[in-house]
Amino acid sequence: MTIAAPEVQDMTSTDRIEKRVEVRASRSRVWRAIATAEEFGAWFRVNLEGEFAEGETTRGKITIPRYDHVTVALQVERIDPERYFSYRWHPYAVDPAVDYSAEPTTLVEFILDETEGGTAVTIVESGFDRIPLERRAEAFRMNDGGWAGQARNLAQHVS
Amino acid sequence: MSPSGGAALRVTEAVPVFAALGDATRLGLVGRLSVEGPLSITRLSEGTGVTRQAVTRHLHALGDAGLVRDARRGRERVFELDLQRLDVARRYLDEISRQWDDAAQRLKAFVEEE
Repeated sequence: MTIAAPEVQDMTSTDRIEKRVEVRASRSRVWRAIATAEEFGAWFRVNLEGEFAEGETTRGKITIPRYDHVTVALQVERIDPERYFSYRWHPYAVDPAVDYSAEPTTLVEFILDETEGGTAVTIVESGFDRIPLERRAEAFRMNDGGWAGQARNLAQHVS
Repeated sequence: MSPSGGAALRVTEAVPVFAALGDATRLGLVGRLSVEGPLSITRLSEGTGVTRQAVTRHLHALGDAGLVRDARRGRERVFELDLQRLDVARRYLDEISRQWDDAAQRLKAFVEEE
């Protein structure tokens, strides 16, 4: 499994977003960046309080300018050292007026694989089909079928 | 990296759209309107096993979410998709996907800078 891929690869579907990125760093280095709350916060841009532990929730404020009003809560699911890290959260929960706590969460997974030049990081966020619309997937598929072009043209036209 | 101001999607916009699509009958109606174009309630009720009243109710739900609007075609009242609105639903995922692109790049830069 040593596929050279310098850029972020996109394997997004309707229920899941999947990204794969090759980094020139050892697996243990990448693991620390992902599984340590402080390092995670540095690149993800969130001020996390406390450490990651299976079954525990770690909270923090986003530090990205447009989203700095947002507090995220990461419910850590599984920590498999240097291989796999996962948590659940409410995706794109950016509207302070909305209570997201009753909505289903999505699962975010980080999978590490050693490559010749370093480490491949696969990031998967899944479970979007369970977020208020069961059938959204099909709607998006249709959208990509016959009239996606039309929709795009219209959107371009009006914006 | 972030989209221009006008393209920023508010989640409150997307939720009613997703909720309206979360029903097999309504999704079927959206599917037919997308393939066949504007249709009357009579045509939409044909061969569905769903009553006219139920179809009307579902069309209202889709209308409330801004997904469908009605128009006159001669003496007939037809329903058509609001494509721009559906585009909003799709952009929800696009936006999250774009955020992961940014995050993946930041992770890469973070671990490679030493």
